[in-house]
Amino acid sequence: MDFLTTNAPILIVAIPLVAAFIIPLLGQKGDGVRNGFTLTIFGLTSFLVAVLAVNVHDVGIRIYAFGAAAADLAVPQGFIVPVRIIFEVDAMSMFMGIIVTTVTLAALIYSLHFLKGQTGQARFYSLMMLLYVGMMGLAFTGDMFNLFVFLEIASISGAALAAYRTNLADAVEGGFKYIVISAISALLVLFAIGILYSEYNVLSIAAIAHFIQYTHLDMIALGLLGAAFAMKLAGVPLHMWAPDTYTVAPAGSTPMILAASYMSMYALYRVTFTIYGGFIDTGAIGWAVIIVGLLSMFVGVMMAVHQTDIKRMMAYHAISQGGYMLLGLGVGLAVIANPAALEAYGRDAMNGGIFHIINHVFYKALLFMAAEAIFFRIGTRDTNKMGGLARNMKWTTGFYIIGALAIAGIPPFNGFASKLLIYESVLKFNPILAIVAMFVSLVTLASFAKVFYSAFTGPPMPAHKEVKEVPKSMIVGMSILAVLIIFFGLFPGLIVDTIVAPATNALISHASYINAVMGAVP
Amino acid sequence: MPILSYGYAVWAPIVWIVALVVIGIMVFIWRSRGQKGYKKETAQADVFLSGAKVPPAEERHVKADNIYWGFFESLKGLYSWMMKPHTGIVNDYLLWFVVVAAIAILIFLLAGL
Amino acid sequence: MQSVPANFPFLASALLIGIAFYIILFKRNLIKLIMGIAMLASGVNLFIVALGYRAGGNAPIYTNVPPGPMVLSVPQALTLTSIVINVAVLALMLTMVIHIYRHTGDVDSEKSRKLKG
Repeated sequence: MDFLTTNAPILIVAIPLVAAFIIPLLGQKGDGVRNGFTLTIFGLTSFLVAVLAVNVHDVGIRIYAFGAAAADLAVPQGFIVPVRIIFEVDAMSMFMGIIVTTVTLAALIYSLHFLKGQTGQARFYSLMMLLYVGMMGLAFTGDMFNLFVFLEIASISGAALAAYRTNLADAVEGGFKYIVISAISALLVLFAIGILYSEYNVLSIAAIAHFIQYTHLDMIALGLLGAAFAMKLAGVPLHMWAPDTYTVAPAGSTPMILAASYMSMYALYRVTFTIYGGFIDTGAIGWAVIIVGLLSMFVGVMMAVHQTDIKRMMAYHAISQGGYMLLGLGVGLAVIANPAALEAYGRDAMNGGIFHIINHVFYKALLFMAAEAIFFRIGTRDTNKMGGLARNMKWTTGFYIIGALAIAGIPPFNGFASKLLIYESVLKFNPILAIVAMFVSLVTLASFAKVFYSAFTGPPMPAHKEVKEVPKSMIVGMSILAVLIIFFGLFPGLIVDTIVAPATNALISHASYINAVMGAVP
Repeated sequence: MPILSYGYAVWAPIVWIVALVVIGIMVFIWRSRGQKGYKKETAQADVFLSGAKVPPAEERHVKADNIYWGFFESLKGLYSWMMKPHTGIVNDYLLWFVVVAAIAILIFLLAGL
Repeated sequence: MQSVPANFPFLASALLIGIAFYIILFKRNLIKLIMGIAMLASGVNLFIVALGYRAGGNAPIYTNVPPGPMVLSVPQALTLTSIVINVAVLALMLTMVIHIYRHTGDVDSEKSRKLKG
């Protein structure tokens, strides 16, 4: 057990990586062998994530140095800077890791039946494991160049997954747009990493945060990093690739590509709070994040009401809810240098923003899976052709209702808890932000009610009179997320105290992140 | 644990659920008393459009495009302004990126942090 | 070597990145877009390798090393990793363009799009 706890950060990344290359070989033996192997490996990885989560909650920041004599020997004997590649797991990294693992579990169970009859299934599962490796590596990394490598791994796997259904013309186009966007963002991230390396001669995030003085080159690097990560997380006005890509990805991979966008959001917060955290005093960067958040909320939801394709509407809602997270954490960034305001409402705003990430990934994954369940049975995503589906697809309708009420922020679901935190704290910062947030919530409910009325209720269409309910494995995959949504809604205090508040503390106190690596000097 | 406290107030979902359950029971009891003289399988359950001929299902169902017609009609200016940048061409996406990156670098160089 | 100014690799890198952005932003042919991304990758890789150069330095190999400073070896490792990643990305993009061409018969980014709005 001690071995597992010490080596968990590297095992969580290494086991799915090796499995991703074994899956096509095992796939020659048959579908059952391949699916069983994938689920076993992923179950083992989830167990390791749970072990590491409990350990980080008890002990604090955990470090794994590659190739060192002991796993937490970050700075070798006689050196003053860390020279090895380091994985540094703090509470915020563990939070994102938990989100990614849960969504991947639900997506894997959902995909078991969804892909029946498609060719190249071994490659699908292999790519899903690679995407999982990319995202977990991005969560755990403590090194800037490693961040670039895992960002590219996640982007390549995500784009290949989005373009999986190559028999559909628009699927390949969605995947192509995603890889072009990701390649250019990642190259500019590499450029900014080069700038930071040239000044301080270290690549480790904690070491850069220790040595940084805020020169003009650092400002240019921050601008490039901010814009590149903002494009990867689909913030307005850089959001236009997101509806194309989320619409065409097969179900099961759409929540994972969505989670990859939020890992880019995590990378943005890691760079701004930890590396540049000591220099934030005018609030310019906080207001920049708030403006992007406001634009995302407003443009996302107004475009979403207008759409007729059900998954494209949900993709625009994903953009709009991303604005809520940026708003919460932007308010936290803007008041981080002001201790009185931080205690009064800054922490609550950050708690709300971070809590909203996990809530959003769960209910958005549920909604995407419900939409793809409809596509699986009917063959179209156009809401103008749907009608009266609730008579035959009762489970799907139930899951859609749970997801729609959660995203609109109706109590007692989890969306209400995080939105309440955001409204109440952002109101004290600037009332206009809270007004825009509430208006956006209203239009969100309106758009989901529109689709519910036209697609699910009403007289049954003759074309779809004999649709059946979706198979059991898809219902099980969706119900995992539905149970989690209801649980998070009934026990919000438990979730906030256990996993959200430590993440907020980890982001605010960048000194502890630095000391975990640099303080290990003998 | 089931209570979320923020600032000066609390949110306890259990109170909400108890209230919903009580109201739900009241509504159910009232509605199940029913309307005397309602027979389910007769012509009372058919669609009635003020005596006009009832069109078949796919013609009388309000499609998703047409539901919020008033909202879209009154916000036509906003929508024509917002639809213009959403072209679908990859080069335009990257043009937005270059512009926003340039503005971000300018803001951080001029305003500090 | 005295006639080449010390900043020459950085100017070359800026020129490559500038031309690459011009191609990416204004050329509609998807194959040209991919060429632009390849040129952007070359520009960024050149920037990173040029960071490590020290004037009058030797190759970072310890066997029979002549006296004097060595150039930094970490940027060389970073550049190799970046080149390999970009090969994978370019291969994926070219495959997708082939599929787009088979479906729509066009490699123009405006005429071959099906998703908009």
